[in-house]
Amino acid sequence: MAQILLKDLRKTYDQTEAVRGINLDIEHNEFVVLVGPSGCGKTTTLRMIAGLEEITDGVILIGDRVINNVPPKDRDIAMVFQNYALYPHMTVEENMSFGLRLRKVPRDEIGRRVSHAAGILNIGELLQRRPKQLSGGQRQRVAMGRAIVRNPQAFLFDEPLSNLDAKLRVQMRTEIKKIHQRVQTTVVYVTHDQVEAMTLADRIVVMNHGIIEQVGTPQEMYEAPLTRFVAGFIGSPAMNFIPCRVVNAGSGLGVRLSDDITLALPDVQADRYRGHVDRPLIFGIRPEHMTEQRQHTNAQQIDFSCTVSVLEPMGVDTMVFVEIDGTEVTARAAPRSVSPVGAEMAFTIDMNNMHLIDPETDRVI
Amino acid sequence: MTTPQPVNAPSLWARFATSLEDQRVLGYVLMAPALLLIVIFIAYPFVLGVWMSLTDKIVGTPGTYIGLGNYERLFASDIFLTAAWNTVFFTTVATVFKAVLGMWLAVLLNRRFRFANITRASVLLPFIVPTVLSTLAWLWMFDATFSVFNWTLRWMWQMEISILGLVLKENWGFFRGPLWLGDPDLAMASVILVNVWRGLPFFAISFLAGLQTIPPDLYDAADIDGASGWKKFWHVTLPLIKPVAIVVIVFSIVVTFADFQLVYILTRGGPNNETHLLATLAYQLGMGSGNIGQGAAVALFMLPILAVVIIFQLWYLRREGVR
Ligand SMILES: Nc1ncnc2c1ncn2[C@@H]1O[C@H](COP(=O)(O)OP(=O)(O)O)[C@@H](O)[C@H]1O
Ligand SMILES: [Mg+2]
Repeated sequence: MAQILLKDLRKTYDQTEAVRGINLDIEHNEFVVLVGPSGCGKTTTLRMIAGLEEITDGVILIGDRVINNVPPKDRDIAMVFQNYALYPHMTVEENMSFGLRLRKVPRDEIGRRVSHAAGILNIGELLQRRPKQLSGGQRQRVAMGRAIVRNPQAFLFDEPLSNLDAKLRVQMRTEIKKIHQRVQTTVVYVTHDQVEAMTLADRIVVMNHGIIEQVGTPQEMYEAPLTRFVAGFIGSPAMNFIPCRVVNAGSGLGVRLSDDITLALPDVQADRYRGHVDRPLIFGIRPEHMTEQRQHTNAQQIDFSCTVSVLEPMGVDTMVFVEIDGTEVTARAAPRSVSPVGAEMAFTIDMNNMHLIDPETDRVI
Repeated sequence: MTTPQPVNAPSLWARFATSLEDQRVLGYVLMAPALLLIVIFIAYPFVLGVWMSLTDKIVGTPGTYIGLGNYERLFASDIFLTAAWNTVFFTTVATVFKAVLGMWLAVLLNRRFRFANITRASVLLPFIVPTVLSTLAWLWMFDATFSVFNWTLRWMWQMEISILGLVLKENWGFFRGPLWLGDPDLAMASVILVNVWRGLPFFAISFLAGLQTIPPDLYDAADIDGASGWKKFWHVTLPLIKPVAIVVIVFSIVVTFADFQLVYILTRGGPNNETHLLATLAYQLGMGSGNIGQGAAVALFMLPILAVVIIFQLWYLRREGVR
């Protein structure tokens, strides 16, 4: 069984604390994606799991075994590197079989495993080529092939797609997902691209400054972010953050965005925010939840209007930029419904999907 | 060009200038200075050398053509055969030591440690000091009476005696130590030692440069594939540094094969010609004895051997370039 358990994992380089106490429980055959901005400690975490980086503090278990001091080759893991790290002087076949040859696996067994992996990855014709004679996408496949032939307990990927062009990246993303469904193993996958994380992961781990911000399924991360960082990081285009106050409005509460705009808080939500009346808060709303004025489908939708400052047509939708009390806000509207730049436009906000964030703790209330 | 130029008969200079517009002409013009230098300083002496090796020229005489007479005489002479063998032996042993030690040193220097850059730079020192100067220092160190080696040996000898508590103390003064440059075998070993000392930095630094082009990722991948330190060196480092290594080794073979300064300063070919190399022999015959024809023949004898080595290198580089 290949569970991976990280307990209070830490890594300190001379000056920098790269990883500052990570707890994570990765289940058997789970596809976990570590995502976060550059420099947040994803690679360091992965390399500690691989055994390529010494652990400053904490414990890593693979299966039931503490592997803190086990060398990489005995951890039964395989890793796919960002730059593929293929041996340039070896053919594709030699690259894929190198680990097996070092382990003295019988020759016919090696042959069988290599052709099996080559079959999965569709690289049968490339076996006699050298890495230099391959395209980026093909190298990527070979790097995965090298991992697959080892038949390891866990696959570690470090930004495997970031060197590919946009189209290939999307294609390989699907490919990796398919391969995971075929080759059932635990996967720890590192990326800085939240779209990759959303599409691939069973569970997403959002990291920032060496700690975990939140762990959850892609849907949970999208619908119920716990912190301002996660709210802003997951989802594209990013969530709008607008300074606001919760105010008493008539019988209930309202969210006051500017002198002109106060959005009534539905009664079901009022209890949650009552303690925060008159405090400066941050109102978070995703562009897709701020649309052109529509027929309301639920009681929580409310209308208001603003002046359009910029339009960005994207085909299906048009991104509408407006300004609310000095903050630029993006809405997502049907192309036919948008007003021209400079004109007033009426919007509907779905208060079901808004978040209020405490600026002192940066946590979602 | 809107204003039409007055039509004059073009001057010579103008015609030359126009012809430079033609790339073929310009190419030759630009090559000319380099070609001139090569002809004067390489081609002419070379052809002259070939010619002299076919004559019985002695200093002060024009010399007459004697065909391959000089070569026949050489092959019949013991001293030439000794020198030829010495050269092969000297080159082989010195190059092997330089390559192996150079690789070892490069791997050490490639590690990350404090003062790495200063250490790397100081390794180059033997390479920077003019050979004549450093060799003179070695000559002094090897000196029969003043040798620091022997002084140190004597001192250790004395230490050992006092440690063992033996009453041989008054004997130590008679321990003179080996005659580094006087003993036939030791002389060759000493000359090789100095050559290795001098050539090592070049190997180490070239190999180090080669090592630094190897992406560190490959070693991570090899770690995960299960390669031990030695396996990583054998399967990753060595194949990747091979192109650099071949060039460095071939270059070193050429230079070592034609080495002159070391032997000339340390032993002048002695004792009993045991350290004579082709280069020193050529000098001795040609300049020392004034037998210029013979000297030229000795020197030219090196040519075909070095040519084979260089052709191998060119072939290898071209093949690597294609791969
Ligand atoms: N070998 C190292 N020496 C010193 N600092 C390092 C080293 N590797 C990474 N770091 C630092 O640790 C932090 C985390 O790095 P990394 O794990 O590579 O981030 P990510 O992969 O999320 O972009 C960064 O601040 C980086 O500068
Ligand atoms: Mg990284």
